[in-house]
Amino acid sequence: MICERTKVDGSGKGQKGWFPLTMANVSYDHPFNAPWEYGVNIDFVNENLGVGARLAVELSPQSAKALADTILEALERGEKDPQIKVSIL
Amino acid sequence: MYTTDQFEGMLAGTIIIKGQGNDPINTYFARPEGPGPFPAVVLIHHLPGWDELYREFTRRFAHHGYLAISPDLYCREAKGTPEDVAAAVRAEGGVSDEQVMGDVQSAAEYVLSLPSSNGKVAVFGTCSGGRHAFLSGCQLDVFDAIIECWGGNVIMDESQITDKQPVSPNSYTTQLSAPILGIFGDLDQSPTPEQVNQHEQELKDAGKNYEFHRYPEAGHGFFYYDRPIYHQSSAVDGWGKIFDFLGRTLS
Repeated sequence: MICERTKVDGSGKGQKGWFPLTMANVSYDHPFNAPWEYGVNIDFVNENLGVGARLAVELSPQSAKALADTILEALERGEKDPQIKVSIL
Repeated sequence: MYTTDQFEGMLAGTIIIKGQGNDPINTYFARPEGPGPFPAVVLIHHLPGWDELYREFTRRFAHHGYLAISPDLYCREAKGTPEDVAAAVRAEGGVSDEQVMGDVQSAAEYVLSLPSSNGKVAVFGTCSGGRHAFLSGCQLDVFDAIIECWGGNVIMDESQITDKQPVSPNSYTTQLSAPILGIFGDLDQSPTPEQVNQHEQELKDAGKNYEFHRYPEAGHGFFYYDRPIYHQSSAVDGWGKIFDFLGRTLS
């Protein structure tokens, strides 16, 4: 069982609307719904709100890599943009 | 063999048993109507949790004349939809082998204590449950038959050892105390065909009563009809092998 975890700050929209996120759990394991045997499963959760406070994404490994690259590219562009100030609460 | 002139009935629903550490464990229990005596099967659910599929499996065994019992091994961790609970358990690295063994032992003792029991009980599991089924056969001296379906991580390397899964189950092979039926797909990645071969060789070397069946066109979880990995002819034959094995070992 491969599962990596990281704390996150942000919001996610679940079945009952928006909720604050506290953790992202990233596993390389059997997905619940996606059709392949193994995939990259990302759960954005707030453990303080119960196990139902979960945003689930199941990606193929190739898709997960492309997403990770895309996030980093967007971050790089944003950090270079002089009109964008980093927001820290 | 079911025939259409039989009048059958079944009782199925949730009960609470005392599991490892006397913890209350929600448990699905299906049993044929009638005084028995009936053999029993303990079902160990897979990593996706105590889900609808496992309730169906439980009723299937009851339909075939078994006291069938399936404890929620994730009961302590959380309550919620099976997927949400399983995701939370996955994030914590699963549940410990020690805890699972305690819950499985309790489920077996519960069904054996019933007046309708014939005194024989098997254990069945798929995926992580298949691993736990093999481990149960090695660590618990209560089972008369073991059914391991594509048990992933029966053979673990050092990098997979954790506090919750501290020992590779195959290292207990010499302690296996009952006949074992193994059902595997050759296209599976966990266990791989090479791992299945090693597993079988270790059973053979230990002089154990085993029978392994491999399905060349099947991958992981090929009994799961709600998944693309379902493989009809292999699944039908596999279920037949299971009921044949139980008929021989629990009568």
